[in-house]
Amino acid sequence: MRENLHRFFRAARGAGVHVSPAESIDAMRAVGQVGVSDRGILRDTLLLTLAKTQNEKRALADCFDLFFSQPEPPKDTSERNRTQDSDETASYEVPALAPAAGSSQSTDGLGPLAQLLLSQNRNAIAAATANAASAASLSDIRYSTQRGIFSSRILEAMGIQRLRDDLDELTATNPALAERLTALLEGLRESVRETVSQGLVLYGREEAENLRNEILRNAPLARIEPRQVEQMRFLIRQIARRLRERYSKPRKRQRRGHLDVRRTLRRNAAWGGVPFLTAWKRKHRDRPKIVALCDVSGSVARVSDFFLLLIHSLHEVVDDVRSFAFSGNLIEVSDILESKSPEEAMKDIMSKVGFGSSDYGSSFADFEKEWMSTLTPQTTVIVLGDARSNNLDPRADILRRISERSKRLVWLNPESRMTWGFGDSEMTRYATFCSVIRQCATAQQLERAVSDIVATYQ
Amino acid sequence: MAEHRPSTSIEAVESGLAAQGYIASRQIATAVYLSQAIDKPILVEGPAGVGKTELAKAIAAWRGQKMIRLQCYEGLDEAKALYEWKYAKQLLYTQILKDKLGEVLGGAATLHAALEQLHDFGDVFFSKEFVEPRPLLQALEQPAGCVLLVDEIDKSDAEFESLLLEILSDFQVTIPELGTVSAITPPTVILTSNSERDLGDALKRRCLHLHIGFPEQKLEERIVESRVPGISQTLRRQMVGFINEIRTLDLKKLPSVSETIDWARVLVLLQASELDHQIVKDTLNVLLKYESDIEAALPQVTTFVAKAIRQNVFG
Repeated sequence: MRENLHRFFRAARGAGVHVSPAESIDAMRAVGQVGVSDRGILRDTLLLTLAKTQNEKRALADCFDLFFSQPEPPKDTSERNRTQDSDETASYEVPALAPAAGSSQSTDGLGPLAQLLLSQNRNAIAAATANAASAASLSDIRYSTQRGIFSSRILEAMGIQRLRDDLDELTATNPALAERLTALLEGLRESVRETVSQGLVLYGREEAENLRNEILRNAPLARIEPRQVEQMRFLIRQIARRLRERYSKPRKRQRRGHLDVRRTLRRNAAWGGVPFLTAWKRKHRDRPKIVALCDVSGSVARVSDFFLLLIHSLHEVVDDVRSFAFSGNLIEVSDILESKSPEEAMKDIMSKVGFGSSDYGSSFADFEKEWMSTLTPQTTVIVLGDARSNNLDPRADILRRISERSKRLVWLNPESRMTWGFGDSEMTRYATFCSVIRQCATAQQLERAVSDIVATYQ
Repeated sequence: MAEHRPSTSIEAVESGLAAQGYIASRQIATAVYLSQAIDKPILVEGPAGVGKTELAKAIAAWRGQKMIRLQCYEGLDEAKALYEWKYAKQLLYTQILKDKLGEVLGGAATLHAALEQLHDFGDVFFSKEFVEPRPLLQALEQPAGCVLLVDEIDKSDAEFESLLLEILSDFQVTIPELGTVSAITPPTVILTSNSERDLGDALKRRCLHLHIGFPEQKLEERIVESRVPGISQTLRRQMVGFINEIRTLDLKKLPSVSETIDWARVLVLLQASELDHQIVKDTLNVLLKYESDIEAALPQVTTFVAKAIRQNVFG
């Protein structure tokens, strides 16, 4: 049973439930208390001890059902069968000695696997498969490409070599039996393949997901395929959670050396005002105030989409975000993003300002006219765009004024550095007024850029 | 066989809680049993009003133990949760004992000798006599054990969580002046949380995690039956069916078990024998606590009532 539980813990980790060694010890102790006879209670017990959130509970419940729908290794089965006391038990425990009546003739001299198949004892075959699977350490399977090698390893562990020899021999001596055996072997292969696929689902999920995410993180956002958009949104949400965890720590820091007289007196009232305990003045850290100007024309639109999604999922970390979208002209989109789901919000924004040819000059002019007053010395202004203004007036002077009014001006450009300043790109002209310029084409670069922006406030 | 025992003890928990008027699902009963068996606190999460606090009360009543409750809020600290020195008493005693102090120190020839004598004497003021035990320390000092309820832990600060860790894993606290105080009998600890913020992993790791959601219809009927005995079976079934329909709506605050019980009481008080849409409309404010929720639910009332009654006929 212990071995089984360990395999279950590994499967649980595969399903994305974080099982620490301490928790697995707890689970072991708990299972020791309730026993394994009642599957419902066992399930409740594992859910109570291992899963620590609602999502984890759901994942673990699925994992439990999948795990125990597998044929269990024989030790366990025999325990259960003994209590059931059925006829099957006898034939199962000595499968080779009690073959089915119809095929009893001429099976002598065959290998154990052949005899097992001919006996047509399903329980025994399943048990043998499970045994061979653990011998081939199926729980190490990680990627779908490994399915072939694990199948053949399991079959080898079951003794397919001997079976092949038997088959060769039988084709000459007893072709009818050989044909039956071939058919049975086909069935066995099928069930082994199934076992391996199940193992992959159980143990390989996390690894496969990590690999996929890693690839996705480094894929250029502007060119990802439509089917990956959903995964990307999920990834962005993960990034947002990570940033939240990292930066939403308490924002009070003690400043030694400056006595807080009021609090000291109050704290020492019990001693008649004699200051035994001192209280020091604290410094409040500002939370970031962000104004984001996003280009939503053609090629940059998708990057803006993900960027806005990320910025707006940072509520706990960021005090105040105001977002503006522009291509030909500029509008405020904060309310749209707050009130609608990401998909709808982006559609809405696109229908209002999207798909025009971008005009940075007039968009900046729009911003200066209406929203310049929102900028304070605590504000970080982020401009996301490729700075390709179709040879219209870039109005770099407005950008200078924006830069002067704010704490920092960060420019995120999805194009590669090589192309900045070529063609109609005004990047070099804008660059003089920016505190930071970053290339920002992939999810990973996006994460770093936002992380840096938030970190400057810590 | 040894393996038969657990399921019977889980049933014993279930019936024991039921005797106190708390109808527990099997998962809750398993959690209560396990927390006793492996000495682990239970962290209960779930929406407001599903009986998280009630569970602790029921356990205490069932075991005949005292319940000690610590309500968490922002700014809760050591002095209010764990222990505090009785400053006033210390001050008073030094005043009263002033003469005695003079006597003690009077015999000393040098300053050094006086200090020596004062050392022997000084620890008196930092002894158990002058410690004011707060809920957590009280819980450890109960000789017969107790149920310690740390209510709404998510409302407290993250620092307070760390303070709890020592108590949760080892059932002991360390007071610098006195040393470590261990529990005489390990208390049963129940922590509740409304998931207002995510709790730390360290805290979660030390607990059994129990999520109480809205109960199934059958279970909820039993709960109503146990809490509001005067209600007829037909009405009970209809109202629980209706509430289950309401919960499918997208509302700000879904009605939970406590609202169901309140509503049952109201219906009994109004001597309703059957659900009809007029009485539902009149009493909807018992179930729903936001104006916008009531507005959203009103147009659906007639259909839901009809559904609940139909369900009753066939079910």
